[in-house]
Amino acid sequence: MPCNEVGVMPKDASWPSLRTAGFDGFLVSFARSLSEPANRAALAFRAAVEQAGWAGVHETSTSLVSTYLRFDPLWETHDEMRARLAKLIDTRDWFDAPLPEGRRLWRIPTVYGTDLAPQLGEAAKMAGLSEAAAIASLSETRVRVQTIGFAPGQPYLGELPADWDIPRQSELTARVPVGALTVAIRQIVLFSVTAPTGWRHVGQTAIRLFQPEAEHPFVLRPGDEVIFPATTPEALSNMRDAGPMGGAEAEALK
Amino acid sequence: MSRELIIHSSGPGVTVQDMGRPGYLGFGLSRGGAADRMALLEGAALLGQWADCAALEMAGMGGTFEAGEDMVIALTGAPMKASIDGARIAWNASHALPQGARLSIGAVEQGSYGYLHLAGGIDTPELLGARGTHLAAGLGRALKAGDRLPVGPPARGAAANLTLPVSPRFAGGTVRVVPSLQTEVFPPEEIARFEATAFTRDTRGNRMGVRLVSPDKGFGTDSGLSILSEVIIPGDIQVTGDGTPFVLLTECQTTGGYPRIGSVLPYDLPIVAQAQAGVPLRFRFITLEEGVQIARREQARAEGLRKLRRPLIRDPRHMADLISYQLISGVTAGHDMEKADT
Repeated sequence: MPCNEVGVMPKDASWPSLRTAGFDGFLVSFARSLSEPANRAALAFRAAVEQAGWAGVHETSTSLVSTYLRFDPLWETHDEMRARLAKLIDTRDWFDAPLPEGRRLWRIPTVYGTDLAPQLGEAAKMAGLSEAAAIASLSETRVRVQTIGFAPGQPYLGELPADWDIPRQSELTARVPVGALTVAIRQIVLFSVTAPTGWRHVGQTAIRLFQPEAEHPFVLRPGDEVIFPATTPEALSNMRDAGPMGGAEAEALK
Repeated sequence: MSRELIIHSSGPGVTVQDMGRPGYLGFGLSRGGAADRMALLEGAALLGQWADCAALEMAGMGGTFEAGEDMVIALTGAPMKASIDGARIAWNASHALPQGARLSIGAVEQGSYGYLHLAGGIDTPELLGARGTHLAAGLGRALKAGDRLPVGPPARGAAANLTLPVSPRFAGGTVRVVPSLQTEVFPPEEIARFEATAFTRDTRGNRMGVRLVSPDKGFGTDSGLSILSEVIIPGDIQVTGDGTPFVLLTECQTTGGYPRIGSVLPYDLPIVAQAQAGVPLRFRFITLEEGVQIARREQARAEGLRKLRRPLIRDPRHMADLISYQLISGVTAGHDMEKADT
């Protein structure tokens, strides 16, 4: 199972890398491409920056393999912030950091293909799979939330089997609906909003990942694991009517 | 009598906006807030209040408004045709809006986003720590006829009939850009061509971002479609698969997989946000050090805005009926002003 693989990070002097991001940000990246240890490293490094509580830091976040920090360059110079970050990077081996506490396993029912998810056939073909094999692969693979991003509460999940190393399309799809399950480059993005995208729309769920009025507005957290079992359009319609969780269930991961 | 703003009619893109909600980037929620932050600073300076007071942002078209009690308002950002009970009023200025009077704000004359500020600020309930509508995230919604917005108590000394000189930003121009994470993904000759290209702002654009068009071919990298999704910040210039640049604005997504050729300096972002379709835009790379110097100047300017306020001198040509003005207080005599603007 891909998300339980123990990745090995090649020892390379250029990682972690430290770069500026826009005028008032820095990005600490732990790999060029996605790997499980680099993803864990990014989550742990962000937690360490938050814990350090540096004045002048406005906001932090993680992407797949990177930690981002926004700061006030008039409070602290770029050179000073770069030095602070370099020093923190050197304090430990971030690649063997543990995953966040309190992770959960989710089951989110999904309709594959049909007119609800029109690009299943196209994506399966690119992956070299029949539609039935594609559905089996996507509905049985247990994937992990690698980061939340693009839109509120929206996860990037991985890693899918190697067949799914298909590129994004060059033209944007004008819009996919809330709950759309999309694939590219061995990852799944599950849409929390209606949005244009270059990812292929292969499944449809009824979960609302961003519930602004709820006590916990963001349903998923980095580190959570998810299975997308196949269901029928009729069952999905009932689950949608039953509430914003769309039939999703969670259990604690030890 | 109540301290509220009544919306009688509204253009399609009128929203409550403030400085946005920092702190949720890690949950995938971009900061959002006003498309033109400078306009919020200017409005706050005119009314002598904090810049975090929420105001109405009007995309392209305003609306018709009424105050539930006597209020002081200010108008900033993209200039729009505005009148109170039919008498034209100046943009970039503060005005008295008497209880029951009709404030009409029409189409933009230049630029994209105009702002209506109220002394005391719009006092709608906060959602996730701010009042700004985030359309892309579904936080709040565009206003419509019949809406009533509570207004906070005014700061002491909020005065009508003041004006402010504004930094020009409504007709495009040259925008300064700093290198960012993926600038190096683009070959130097593509970066040079990007700087040399006369772009115009496409018809496609909103609070999330605007598309740029040029007669030239698209900008490309071979690795463009397979680079890893990475953090996005407002100002980033994303180049999509067909080589078209998009400048990402306040309500942008928080991560994206298309490479970014550079990032617009925050102080120049209002120029992009305010550009109407067809307006020319050029991009020039500067160093971070130059960016810091500009930031110092801009911060000093923002802090000194209140000192730049001047009494509004009315242009008699824009007065519908000179005799009916109370020229001392600047408040109109009343109902006899309801006639067409001259």
